[in-house]
Amino acid sequence: MALIELSGIERVFTLGDSAVHALANLDLGIEAGEYVAVMGASGSGKSTLLNLLGLLDRPDAGTYRLGGRDVTTLSADEQARVRRERIGFVFQSFHLVPRLSAAENIALPLMLAGIEPAERARRVGKALEDFGLANRADHRPDQLSGGQRQRVAIARATIMQPAVILADEPTGNLDRATGEEVVRLLEMLNASGVTLIMVTHDAALGAHARRRIVMQDGRKISDD
Amino acid sequence: MTPTDTLRFATRAALGYPLRTFLMVLAMSIGVAAVVVLTALGDGARRYVVNEFASLGSSLVIVLPGRSETGGFNPVNAITSTPRDLTVEDGMAITRAPAVLRTAPITVGTSEAVFNGKLRDVTIVGTTPDYLKLRRMDLAQGRFLPAEDPNAGVAVIGARIQSELFGTESAIGKVLRIGDRRVRIIGVLGSTGQGLGMNADEVVILPVAVAQAMFNTNTLFRILVEAKDRSLIEAAKTQTTEILKARHDGEEDVTVITQDAVLATFDRILGTLTYGVAGIAAISLAVAGILVMNVMLVAVTQRTGEIGLLKALGAEGAAIRNAFLAEAALLSAAGAVAGYLLGQTGAFALRTAMPVLPAFPPDWAVIAALGKALSTGLLFGVMPARRAARLDPVQALAKK
Repeated sequence: MALIELSGIERVFTLGDSAVHALANLDLGIEAGEYVAVMGASGSGKSTLLNLLGLLDRPDAGTYRLGGRDVTTLSADEQARVRRERIGFVFQSFHLVPRLSAAENIALPLMLAGIEPAERARRVGKALEDFGLANRADHRPDQLSGGQRQRVAIARATIMQPAVILADEPTGNLDRATGEEVVRLLEMLNASGVTLIMVTHDAALGAHARRRIVMQDGRKISDD
Repeated sequence: MTPTDTLRFATRAALGYPLRTFLMVLAMSIGVAAVVVLTALGDGARRYVVNEFASLGSSLVIVLPGRSETGGFNPVNAITSTPRDLTVEDGMAITRAPAVLRTAPITVGTSEAVFNGKLRDVTIVGTTPDYLKLRRMDLAQGRFLPAEDPNAGVAVIGARIQSELFGTESAIGKVLRIGDRRVRIIGVLGSTGQGLGMNADEVVILPVAVAQAMFNTNTLFRILVEAKDRSLIEAAKTQTTEILKARHDGEEDVTVITQDAVLATFDRILGTLTYGVAGIAAISLAVAGILVMNVMLVAVTQRTGEIGLLKALGAEGAAIRNAFLAEAALLSAAGAVAGYLLGQTGAFALRTAMPVLPAFPPDWAVIAALGKALSTGLLFGVMPARRAARLDPVQALAKK
């Protein structure tokens, strides 16, 4: 059974009096442990697809099964719990809370899950070690380099040991060398068994992935 | 999210924007401080008046000539003309009532006192020897009016008359000319300060007969009656009324008021005044509440991206709502505490500037101000917090 199963997904946005099909009759299955790049021009529906996969958005039609469970019918708070436990997000613009230190940013999902402070400190400490941030624990985001910021964001995305990592242009705000370093980090995580789904319009980056889905006008035009 | 974490997160958020937090706390604290200081002022005035009355003697009944229909104290009582005079004999008759400890008739007028070429306007009080004890006054020198001779040409003078007419010299035994009469000074009152409009330091006390002769009158201004005990005030009042009614051909042509009634009236007036100023000051608290709402709405807009992130990380609506509510509550609480301290400092400054005024804020005002600050902060924090919780995560994340 596939980890992610989309069938007959429709997502329509209304702009003025015209309806735009961001996703049209999309079927997609992704197995656990896959490394998928979602590619396409801007407006092709790849970000909408990522938002749907991350339960940040709801489809207008169709079903989404995550780990065999239909998650489209869940309430907003139930979806929040699924996100917390099964999905990690990595954003182009990092999305770190500026007033919190690196360690506190990494601890955010644990705090939201209500995990007790001692256990939190242990897991955050280990994550800081793993991601080479041990000496940056007390630095605020504005005291970190772009690469370090994205590493903090990845540490945060993985701290709850999710099944899926959704990365939206993770290298978009980084220079090439730093970007490659971040991609290597994500690929290492994938190698350890985490499903990695990455949205990018960078063909070189897409070439890394074992599976590439190309989107156009809300439809999947190639999948190999 | 545990409550501790919510509180810590909200604290970090509040401290993350120090200027905004400072201004918010300032606005709230001014509101609370206004309530504390203004009620301290109002309640201080009330206590001042109550204390002044208490210094008059605690179980006093006052007889006024003339009938007043109202039960309480009425300033008109002081100037009503009477169909039948109130006399010294009336006072002596009241003294025999079982609930009455002592009485003192009072006749009042103004005249000029002259000593050694120095002239001064003085208030003349004509009364009997019991006046001293009844008014709880002290003598600085000499003795009070003699009981044995009600027509003696003697006088007891106030502390200021002593200092202004005689300087450091002792006035005892000196002869003072008052109007066209000469009296020998036998005593000087201790300094007492102001007492309900009549400054006891500026009076010359004469035997009542001498004063009545001086002003060519038989009537009295007041009869002061002291009950044997506080619990007997009502009995003393009833007995006084009965005796005077019997002496005045069955007609009740006097007004007998108890000090308690006067006190209760003043207490009520000034208490209402305090409530009034508290209400006016409370408006500033409501304004501060609206400010909390505005600040929190701005905070939601400012931190839209952060709210989107928290949602992506799996925060439920309640967690986000609680975090923003906690922040509003923290701002209000900090404002309330700062305002309380500011208000108490202000009240302390008032007391230092005006030592006669016991300007302590009443407990109800302090509790109401703190309570209102917290509740308005929370109440006005609800709307922004709900707005934050309902934000669409996709749109929120798209915002920087």
